[in-house]
Amino acid sequence: MKRSTRLIAAIGFALAAAPVFAQPIKIAGLVELSGTGATSGTNFDNGAKLAAKEINAAGGILGRQIDYTSGDTQSNPAVSKALAQKAIDDGAYVVMGPVFSGSILVSMEETRRAGVPNFTGGEAASITQKGNPYIFRTSFTQAAAMPKVARYIKNGLKAQSVDIMWVNNDFGKGGRDMIVKALAAEGVKVGADISTDPGQVDFSSAVLKAKQSGGDALFVYTNEEESARALRELRKQGYAKPIIGETTLTGQKVIELAGEAANGAIAHVGLTADAPIDTVRKFDKAFQQAYGTRSDHNGIKGYTAMYFIKVMTERIGKVDGKAFAAAMHGAKMTVKDNPGVLMDVTFDQHGDLDRESFLTKVVNGKQVVVETLPPLGAK
Amino acid sequence: MNELIQLIVSGTATGAIYALAALGFTLLWQASGTINFAQGDFVMLPAFTMLFCMIAGAPLWLAFLATCVAAMLVLGVGFKKVIVDPLIRHGVIPLVIATLGVSMALKTIVRAGYSAEAHQFPAIFPAGQFTIAGVNVSWADLGTLVLAAVIVIALQTFVTRTLTGRAMQAVAQNTDAARVLGIDAKRMVLYTFLINAILAVVTALLITPTYLAKFDMGDSIGLKAFFAAIIGGFNQTRGALLGGVLIGVLENLVGFYWSPAYKEGVALMLFLVVILWRPEGLLGKVEERKV
Repeated sequence: MKRSTRLIAAIGFALAAAPVFAQPIKIAGLVELSGTGATSGTNFDNGAKLAAKEINAAGGILGRQIDYTSGDTQSNPAVSKALAQKAIDDGAYVVMGPVFSGSILVSMEETRRAGVPNFTGGEAASITQKGNPYIFRTSFTQAAAMPKVARYIKNGLKAQSVDIMWVNNDFGKGGRDMIVKALAAEGVKVGADISTDPGQVDFSSAVLKAKQSGGDALFVYTNEEESARALRELRKQGYAKPIIGETTLTGQKVIELAGEAANGAIAHVGLTADAPIDTVRKFDKAFQQAYGTRSDHNGIKGYTAMYFIKVMTERIGKVDGKAFAAAMHGAKMTVKDNPGVLMDVTFDQHGDLDRESFLTKVVNGKQVVVETLPPLGAK
Repeated sequence: MNELIQLIVSGTATGAIYALAALGFTLLWQASGTINFAQGDFVMLPAFTMLFCMIAGAPLWLAFLATCVAAMLVLGVGFKKVIVDPLIRHGVIPLVIATLGVSMALKTIVRAGYSAEAHQFPAIFPAGQFTIAGVNVSWADLGTLVLAAVIVIALQTFVTRTLTGRAMQAVAQNTDAARVLGIDAKRMVLYTFLINAILAVVTALLITPTYLAKFDMGDSIGLKAFFAAIIGGFNQTRGALLGGVLIGVLENLVGFYWSPAYKEGVALMLFLVVILWRPEGLLGKVEERKV
């Protein structure tokens, strides 16, 4: 009798617990699927979806499948905030995105209040300077990237003055401030300081301003579509000096949109599908098979962020947002143990990450890695 | 001084493209009292149709011709028969609302088919520039100006020198009187819609290499064309040309001498000034209506 009671109880527990164990882990994507950030958001979303599919096919996280759903922020901070609240109401374990700095700066207040970890593709330095323990980057902060760019402008290009063309949003303003600071530290003068609008289509006057300024080179820091339009206009007006950027300028989508005009552009990138690394090559192939196009850096951000969630959740052994966020600070993930993270990465106490980066150049319509730069922490 | 001339030339080229789209606004208004708020999307749709043809393997010129035919059928005949004819008898407001609906529908369809991302579109003119009397002029600006000028002159010649063109003018000026004279008013109005469709395709050909093919690319061009038409005079085709060029040149001057960040607001500021100072537009005529 006792035995049968125990058996029935065990079966009862198993049946009751089965739905809990089988319950998927909800991960919400807040991504720019329309508006000026459509290129960035779509890539980020596709990367996240690809990783979720791979992880689910391999058994999920702690035996549970990932239920990834993405909402369109329309590249609008207010919509991002509303979607963040919805994701929290829906019981999201982790929130992914937005990619745009202006949007994450607004929406992360919601995830912070709810204690939900939030990975972002935003690169504005201010994102991780607000003391938010739940925010984590998927790429370099501008504060880490710009000194590398300034160093290349001084030592690689031997430029003494540089004109700057930047997009007037949180991403652009943050980058502009950081590059000005970094150039000053290297003793390089800033010539024309050209602000452009998000979504700007006509760059004729901006390019003419750069041409008239007479700087030794031009630093372009705008979002993908605007970068392509700027490169096309620079080509149209016969601009012949070096054009340098950070992250977006030599991205896959920019090359595709700018066509021949992208040739010769140089940029420091934290992530690239052209990185001479086996795991990245494998990702590149899988992404192309899934979507018929190559991923830009935002696709890699979304992909690796999903694997960060897997690695850390399995490391803490439970689906607990607060424990997850606490464990992420100071965490190190290696490719050897977790190939999905693509490159060895470490997170600091602010949620900023550090890993290798690359100096790239567009040659014959293809991004070529000219140099692999070590992580800042490896110096 | 040279940079000022260069800015004016480049701005005139951009303005000429706005003017082509603005011409469509004025033509439809004059011929049928239609204000088409989907005009920008009428530029976007041909851009994607040409893109579709090129992906299918057609060269640009063939894609352009095929798109002209498709546009005449869909944006010309289709738009008139399905949207304008049933609604025009109910007044301007229902039609305006319907065109806003058409705008949203076109954007949604294209976005579903081509994604929200931008797509590259080949330029019809070579990159680079040449120098004349110390002024740098790009081949693209020169080509755009020449092509736009040819189209405007051809259109003016057709409207003023041919029997059909004069009949179209007669319908635009007084439909009832034109009917009494034996003019097939319905047919003349249809011709106007067909011309508008072709203007949209040409505008798409010229503007898409710069704007990039994107589902919402029509928002900006549509708004600027609308402002251009109002600034120049909604009931004058010459007004649309003037309005377009004014916006293009002023955008360039503001972008260079002030900041590129402010150039997108130029059309709106000019529109506000003109509407307060001369509501009928710079070249427009005051219209009196019986109520």
